[in-house]
Amino acid sequence: MTLDTVKNAEQTPDTALPWAELGLKPDEYERITGILGRRPTGAELAMYSVMWSEHCSYKSSKVHLRQFGEKAPASSAMLVGIGENAGVVDVGQGYAVTFKVESHNHPSYIEPYQGAATGVGGIVRDILAMGARPVAVMDPLRFGDPDEADTKRVAHGVVAGIGGYGNCLGLPNIGGEVVFDPCYQGNPLVNALCVGVMRHEDIHLAKASGPGNKVILYGARTGGDGIGGVSVLASETFESTGPTKRPAVQVGDPFQEKLLIECTLEIFREKLVVGIQDLGGAGLSCATSELASAGTGGMRIELDTVPLRDATLSPEEILMSESQERMCAVVEPHNVDRFLEICEKWDVIATVIGEVTDGDRLEIFWHGEQIVDVPPRTVAHEGPVYERPYARPQWQDALQADDANRLPRPENADELRDAVLRLVASPNQASKSWITAQYDKYVLGNTVLAQPEDSGMVRIDEETNLGVAVATDGNGRYAKLDPYAGAQLALAEAYRNVAATGARPLAVSDCLNFGSPEDPGVMWQFAEATRGLADACQVLGTPVTGGNVSLYNQTGETAIHPTPVVAVLGVIDDVTRRTPMAFAEEGQLIYLLGETREEFGGSAWSQVAHGHLGGLPPKVDLEREKLLAEILISGSRDGMIDAAHDLSDGGLVQALVESCLKGGNGARIVIPEGADPFVALFSESAGRAVVSVPRSEELRFTDMCRARGLAATRIGVVDGDALEVQGQFSITLAALREAYEGTIPALLG
Amino acid sequence: MSRVGVVTFPGSLDDRDALRAVKLAGAEPVSLWHRDKDLKQVDAVVLPGGFSYGDYLRCGAIARFSPIMELIIEGAKQGLPVLGICNGFQILCESHLLPGALTRNDHLHFICRDQKLRIENASTAWTADYTQGQEITVPLKNGEGGYVADERTLDMLEAEGRVVARYLELNPNGSRRDIAGITNEAGNVVGLMPHPEHAVEPLTGPTTEGLGFFTSILKQLVKA
Repeated sequence: MTLDTVKNAEQTPDTALPWAELGLKPDEYERITGILGRRPTGAELAMYSVMWSEHCSYKSSKVHLRQFGEKAPASSAMLVGIGENAGVVDVGQGYAVTFKVESHNHPSYIEPYQGAATGVGGIVRDILAMGARPVAVMDPLRFGDPDEADTKRVAHGVVAGIGGYGNCLGLPNIGGEVVFDPCYQGNPLVNALCVGVMRHEDIHLAKASGPGNKVILYGARTGGDGIGGVSVLASETFESTGPTKRPAVQVGDPFQEKLLIECTLEIFREKLVVGIQDLGGAGLSCATSELASAGTGGMRIELDTVPLRDATLSPEEILMSESQERMCAVVEPHNVDRFLEICEKWDVIATVIGEVTDGDRLEIFWHGEQIVDVPPRTVAHEGPVYERPYARPQWQDALQADDANRLPRPENADELRDAVLRLVASPNQASKSWITAQYDKYVLGNTVLAQPEDSGMVRIDEETNLGVAVATDGNGRYAKLDPYAGAQLALAEAYRNVAATGARPLAVSDCLNFGSPEDPGVMWQFAEATRGLADACQVLGTPVTGGNVSLYNQTGETAIHPTPVVAVLGVIDDVTRRTPMAFAEEGQLIYLLGETREEFGGSAWSQVAHGHLGGLPPKVDLEREKLLAEILISGSRDGMIDAAHDLSDGGLVQALVESCLKGGNGARIVIPEGADPFVALFSESAGRAVVSVPRSEELRFTDMCRARGLAATRIGVVDGDALEVQGQFSITLAALREAYEGTIPALLG
Repeated sequence: MSRVGVVTFPGSLDDRDALRAVKLAGAEPVSLWHRDKDLKQVDAVVLPGGFSYGDYLRCGAIARFSPIMELIIEGAKQGLPVLGICNGFQILCESHLLPGALTRNDHLHFICRDQKLRIENASTAWTADYTQGQEITVPLKNGEGGYVADERTLDMLEAEGRVVARYLELNPNGSRRDIAGITNEAGNVVGLMPHPEHAVEPLTGPTTEGLGFFTSILKQLVKA
């Protein structure tokens, strides 16, 4: 094939190009020819097609995501907001923390191991590109029906991939979620979060400025993997009958990434870069156009200097390749030698591939001939934006009318006891330690709390004990019933989880997993969820700092439950004051904080006992959430509570079982007078937590709750080796443990 | 002050943790680089956990040929105390400073757990601060931690008291005879699959019972 140069494109305006195969719509292609004043070259078409894909351009979601900025609460903690590789938050003492959650859903269904592994790799590079040392990862996961054989294939691969990559990278895995639901059968959700820490002055941004500065590509060689991965995988739903797209999934090498991390951090320490960008989706197309677009000048790239794994790659393929473990830096000429020296020390290949120009074009050359000549902003930041039509689905009313509060309930103490055992043994409520035991939670030596604690917590300063906590939550069942409330409940839960460990919530990152935006019903779910999340962030004072949208999670006409996954980051001044979830000391008093209503819509009980999903999710009261968080944080700081556990899916009884088993102590519980035992134990009202209070602190604690107006009900005492609900039932810890811990190994082991 | 070196190979992961443990034990931690051609006058060396050189070929197989290992192998033969943790244990076996090999866990999964051990030999350079038969709990995390050797070697290790630590309650990786760690004939070289450097602070470890490995060497060096 002859080289399609810019000159050639000018001379052959009528050459047909495969724009439709690359996922571009007719009007999008027309727009490209309008921008360029001619037909694009093959290389230009490759760049536009991949950068204008849903995955890179957010063309369907952008109009809704704007709310996160428009409604953002004023926060003095925000150092870098939405739009960069990840947001950055001030956590005090001169430290800044960056965190982000991202999806790698589609690749993980096709090739679970590599899909999940490169998901970890990608988010870690995003964090690194901000100038931060990555310090922890987390993985919110959603799989299909646990009884389906394919679920085992996907779950095994995903868990092994996360472990295989993350463990080899030396990053502790400190939390996340695992949820099973048939709606994720053909569309598992593999979200990955990374947290990084830096000093304020070390924040780096992705921009290319200063004519004459060199553009250096470093890390792995560029190969044929993941070519078109972004546009092919994110733009269409894949059908199992179609041709295999396996080669479209990237292959990861965590060893290379570990070297890249250490090498990059050493380069940062010596202040050798002006701008930096990782290579993820859309590879060099994305990195060069984004760097140039965000900078002040243009950029000239000699594409034939890119080190290749496969010498037969065409320039278009090199631009599209999503080979992992690569970064692109802009470096002043006098720092280039030192930059290359550090790369050499770490055995990282580094090549000057171009330079920043004083023009305003991104120009790419192949053996001296120009193959790309574009305004970089039109590629990176000024892609198409769609106002997709949306409408509340017709079935929504019927779904909400199907009230879960009317389902038949346990009628006596024996049935209540059975319901408890069935609940904690159900795949979603059972212990996930079979999975999390495959992740290294200890490496780096700063892990203070890890799964199954309410939030993961790491120390970031060994002298002062400053630390950060992160929790991720999402409940697709709630969001299906009411996407606006569902998104808010996800945020409220993550916020509550961070506070339960004693940390003060500061900021939010979100991963919005939805079906096809071309379905008005799905688009309505998306619009409602983003509106709900933005509104709730405003009330809670926690701005969204960044995140990711994953659309087209559907098989045929059937979309997944709308699944906004929300990560909340908090800060704790002294990690030695953290509150764990375990009932560790006999004799301590158990208090229930918050109010319980009769709320079973979307509940774990309705799913386990009846396979039911209907009604309305629990009511959201964000002011109560704030109050509860304040109490939990004060209680932790002032030594008034020794254990805290948030109440969410499964309600009070789930939380009690988990805190008892973790501490190896039983509890004697008295249902408050006048309360229905079933409602008290299984309802999923939001804004609640259980705490254990040393007797010496009881008065101080209850006085504080009373003064601030938070309901605090003494419901029992830590004692014995059974969970006893007086007048109802008693279940030994051994029986609970068998139910709680046996399920997942039996399903996946 | 006694100087204890910790080697960083490309792909080492628990090197900073080992340095921290050395410091907490009261010795001076010294970072050593795999390409270094001198040992910077250290009195003892820790080979930390991780995936040196990506564990390409076999765990520890490439690290064994790095410039610093030549010095360490030479030193160990002269009595330099060397502790290999996890990947470090694998490197010591590949270097033939210790017999046997580490293989893929029998259940085929990476495993991270708090592991109970019994100190079987409290007279090596790295275990003298423990009592014979002391039971400790420290983190264990590995994918290829199953210790194997032929029966004659295993019998010899047992007979010569060279099994340093044994797994209790659960054998996490299929190690022969529940072996978690061994020593050489002289007792200066110890290989250990679990991670004592992650049990040195109450805040971040399940216990602080791993600190003994690092205080042991310090006492030994002060005595010498």
